[in-house]
Amino acid sequence: MAYTLDVNGKALRADVDGDTPLLWVLRDTLGLVGTKYGCGVAACGACTVHIDGQAMRACQIPVEAVGKAKVSTIEGMATHRIGKKVQAAWTELDVAQCGYCQAGQIMSATALLAQTPKPTDAQIDEAMDGNICRCATYVRIRAAIKRASGQKEA
Amino acid sequence: MTYHDKRLPQSGQQAGASRRDVLVSVSAAGLTLGFVVTGKADAQTGIQDDAVRPLNAYVTVAPDGKVTILAKAPDVGQGVKTMLPMLIAEELDVAWEDVRVEMAPNDPKTYGRQFAGGSMATPMHWDEHRRVGAVARAMLIQAAATAWNCGPGDCATEPGAVIHKPTGKKRTYGSLALACATVTPPDPKTLTLKEPKDYRIVGRPLAQYDTAKIVTGQPLFGIDQRRPGMLFATYVKAPVFGAKVASADLEAAKAVKGVKAAFIVEGHPDAFAPGPGNIGQGLMPGVAVVAETWWAAKKGRDRLNVTWSDHPTSQQSSKGYADQAAALNAGKPQRNLRNDGDVDAALKNAAKTIEAAYAYPFLSHANLEPQNCTAEFRDGKLEVWAPTQNPEPGRQLCAKTLGLAPEDITVHMVRGGGGFGRRLANDYMVEAAWISREVGAPVQVLWTREDDMQHDHYRPAGFHYLKGGLDAQGNLIALADHFVTFSNKDAIAPSAGMSAAEFPSRFVPNLRFDVSMIPLGVPTGPLRAPGSNALAFVFQSFIDEMAHAAGADPLEFQIRLLGDQEVVGQAPAAYGAGRMAGVLRAVRDMSPWASRGKLPKGEGLGVGCYYSHLGYFAEVCHVAVSAEGQVKVKKVWVAADVGRQIINPHGALNQVQGSVLDGLSEALHQQITVANGAVEQTNFTDYPIMRISAACPVEVKFLKTDFNPTGLGEPALPPAIPALTNAIFAATGKRIRSLPITPDMLKA
Repeated sequence: MAYTLDVNGKALRADVDGDTPLLWVLRDTLGLVGTKYGCGVAACGACTVHIDGQAMRACQIPVEAVGKAKVSTIEGMATHRIGKKVQAAWTELDVAQCGYCQAGQIMSATALLAQTPKPTDAQIDEAMDGNICRCATYVRIRAAIKRASGQKEA
Repeated sequence: MTYHDKRLPQSGQQAGASRRDVLVSVSAAGLTLGFVVTGKADAQTGIQDDAVRPLNAYVTVAPDGKVTILAKAPDVGQGVKTMLPMLIAEELDVAWEDVRVEMAPNDPKTYGRQFAGGSMATPMHWDEHRRVGAVARAMLIQAAATAWNCGPGDCATEPGAVIHKPTGKKRTYGSLALACATVTPPDPKTLTLKEPKDYRIVGRPLAQYDTAKIVTGQPLFGIDQRRPGMLFATYVKAPVFGAKVASADLEAAKAVKGVKAAFIVEGHPDAFAPGPGNIGQGLMPGVAVVAETWWAAKKGRDRLNVTWSDHPTSQQSSKGYADQAAALNAGKPQRNLRNDGDVDAALKNAAKTIEAAYAYPFLSHANLEPQNCTAEFRDGKLEVWAPTQNPEPGRQLCAKTLGLAPEDITVHMVRGGGGFGRRLANDYMVEAAWISREVGAPVQVLWTREDDMQHDHYRPAGFHYLKGGLDAQGNLIALADHFVTFSNKDAIAPSAGMSAAEFPSRFVPNLRFDVSMIPLGVPTGPLRAPGSNALAFVFQSFIDEMAHAAGADPLEFQIRLLGDQEVVGQAPAAYGAGRMAGVLRAVRDMSPWASRGKLPKGEGLGVGCYYSHLGYFAEVCHVAVSAEGQVKVKKVWVAADVGRQIINPHGALNQVQGSVLDGLSEALHQQITVANGAVEQTNFTDYPIMRISAACPVEVKFLKTDFNPTGLGEPALPPAIPALTNAIFAATGKRIRSLPITPDMLKA
C-alpha cells in the first residue's frame, strides 16, 4: 500500500506493507540511512526520530500509524533551530567514538531541549536513559547537552 | 614558523630515477611500502598525464595544495582513521585543515597488516607513519631544490610550502607535486624526524575526521552501504552452535511479499576453525531469506519454522560448567603453567593464609551496529563492503569458502559501529559473499540483534581457585592459582588462556599457576583487552584481599609488591614495575585516597592497577552502596603511562573514559549464560549496557615518560573492574568474587 509521509518537511511516498516499522521505511525505502537499527525492541534508542516533535523509537512505529504526523530525522536537524545547536555542540566536543548511536542521541537531546531549554543532570538522565552508547561516551554527551543549552559543562 | 631541515639526503637524487614501482623498505618490522606511480609519465618532463598523482602509497597532493592521506587500518570507533593520517601529516608538514582522509584499499602487499586490534595502531605506526610523511616532504623539497637549482639543504618547509631559505622564495606543495615524479624517494631510515617542540598536529586535540558525517546522519557505516539492485538478507543459524538445518518451510517464507529467495546453506566444514588469521567462525549452517527490503526478509524468516538436527553440545550449560569446574578443582590439575619456589611449604609456614574462589561469566561484544556486510558477486569476482576489523583474513575466508582466488576478491573497509574484537571475525562477510553468489545480485546481510547476541565469539568464562600466604611482616610470599578454563579440541579455547608471566608472577617468590579445562561447545574469542579484562579482576581483587589481611594500605601494598627493580623479566614479557609504581603514586595523589577514611558509611575507595597492551594504568574508584545493595559509582580517577606523547588528546581521553565505563558496565550488569547448548540472552533487555544515568565522571592523567607512545583502545579497561570491586569491599566489607555484581551480594 502507498503511504505519503511528511519527513523533514517533504512529502515522501512509500509503497510498503502497513505493518512495516517506520525505521525500515526510512532506511530501505526512502534512503534516509541516518536513523539506525540497534535492537528492534525500543531498548537502545539508535532509531530515535521525532514524531510531531516528540522523541520516538522508529522501530516500534508501524508506517500505517504515522498518518499526517510530522516526522523529523537526523537528516533534518541541520535546519532545525535546536537540532543544529546540538549538532554543533556534538562536533565541538567531538562526542563520538564509533558514532553509530549518535544520531539517536542527538534526536533525543534535541527533543529534550525543545521541551526543557536548561535541563538539570536529572532531567538529562531521564531524557537520555533510553539511548545506549556502547562506546560509553556519556561524559561527553552530558557535556554537549549542557553546552547546547548554554549551561556550564560540569 | 618553519622548521629547518638537516635531515635530507644532500645529493640530488632525481636523475635516473625509475618512475614506476619504486619499492622502499620502511621499517625494521619488514613492511615494504610501495611507492605507487600511476599513469604515463612524459619522458622529457617527467610530468604525468594525470592531473593528480600519488606521491607515495599514502599521500597524494593536488594542484590546489589539498592533500589526500590514506588511512591504513579500519576505524571502529578507536579513532585511527584520524590518528594515523595525523602522523603522516605532521612530518609532511601540511595544515590539518588541508588534509582529506580516505580509507586505504585492503592491500597488505603495499600496506602491511591492516587491522584494528590489540591497541596496536600506535606502537606499529608511530615511527613508520611519520617516516612516510617525511619521505613525501623530502621529495617535495627535492623537487623545489631542482627547480631553484640549489641543494635541498637550502630549503625548509612551512605547512604546505617549500621555502628557499636564502631568498625567502616559496613554492606550494601543489605546484611541486607533479615534478616529484622524477624524484627518487629517499630511504626513510636516513631521515631525521621533527623535534616534539615543533609539532603542529601531533599532540593537538583534533575531532575525528568523520565527525561531520556522524552528527548529520550521512551514510558511513556497514549498514549504510547501498549498491544498485541490492537485496537485503537475513540468515538464521542454529541456537546450538554448528547444528545443521533439519527442516525449514522455505515456501512460507517465499510467500511473503518482497521475498525473492529462501534457501538452506550447508555451511563450511571448517566453520568452527576458519583458518589463518581468522577469529570466531566461518560459514555456519543456516537458512537465508533474501528480499527487496530487510523487513520483508525478516517477515519471511519469521515464517520459516526451522528445526535443527541434534548436536553433541546441546546438553551444555553454565551450571554444568560451574559443577565441572568445582570437580576439576577437587582433583589434580591437568597442566602446570608455572612453578616458582615451593608454594606448598611457603603456605604451610606462612603467618597468614587466604583461600578464595573467583569466577566470571561469558560476555558478548554487543556492538551497537549488528553484524552486517554488503557483497556483490559478479562474473566470478567478489567485492565486499565490510565493517571488519580484520579485512585480509576475511578475504582469505571468502576465497576458501567460495573456492575463489584471493585476487578475485576486493574488500572495502567500512566504518564499524563498534568493534571491541567482535569484528576481528568475518562470519558476516562470508555469509554475504555466499548469499550474493547464490542469488546473483548484490546483497546486504544484516543480523538481528538476537542473531548478534546469540552468535558471537564470547569472552570466555573462567574459574580461579586461589591460595595466598603472608609472612609475619605482611609480605606476599606465596600464591597458587588453579585456573579452570575451557578447551576446544583439547587445546585451550581462543582467548581462554593465561600467560605464565601474568602478574603477580615474578613478584612472589613462591608461585604456582595450574590449569584445567572443560570442553566447550560455545565459540570464544577476544573481547576488548582479552584475558586481561578477566584476570585483572581476579588477581587485583585477591591482592587487595591479601593487603587487607596484612592490615596494609592496599595501594601502598601494591607499590611494595612491585619491589625495587625498574623492569622485571625480558621482552616480550618484560614488566615495567617502575612505571606501574609511577601510576599508582600518581593516582594516589590525584584522588582523595589519603582521606578515604573520612567517607560516609556505605562509601569507599578501591584501587586496581594493570599492565596490558603496553600501557600501565592505575585507577581509583569511589562507590556508594545502598542498604538494598545498589551500587552507585561516583567517580573514577585514572593515571596512565603510555609513553612520551599523546598523539590526539581528544581521542585519547575519550578512549580512556569509555574503556573505564565499559569495564564498570561489564562488572555491574553483564553475563551470557548457556542452557541446552545455546546462549540464553537475546537483546539489551536481558544483556544490559550501562546508560547515562549510571555513568560517572572519569578524571584522567597521562604521565609523560621516556618511552615510545603506545595504544589506548584497551588498557584502561582491566583495572577499572577490580578498582570497583575493591571499593565495594572498602564500603561494605563484602568481597566480590563473582561477576556480575548483583544487589543480592551486597544487601546489608
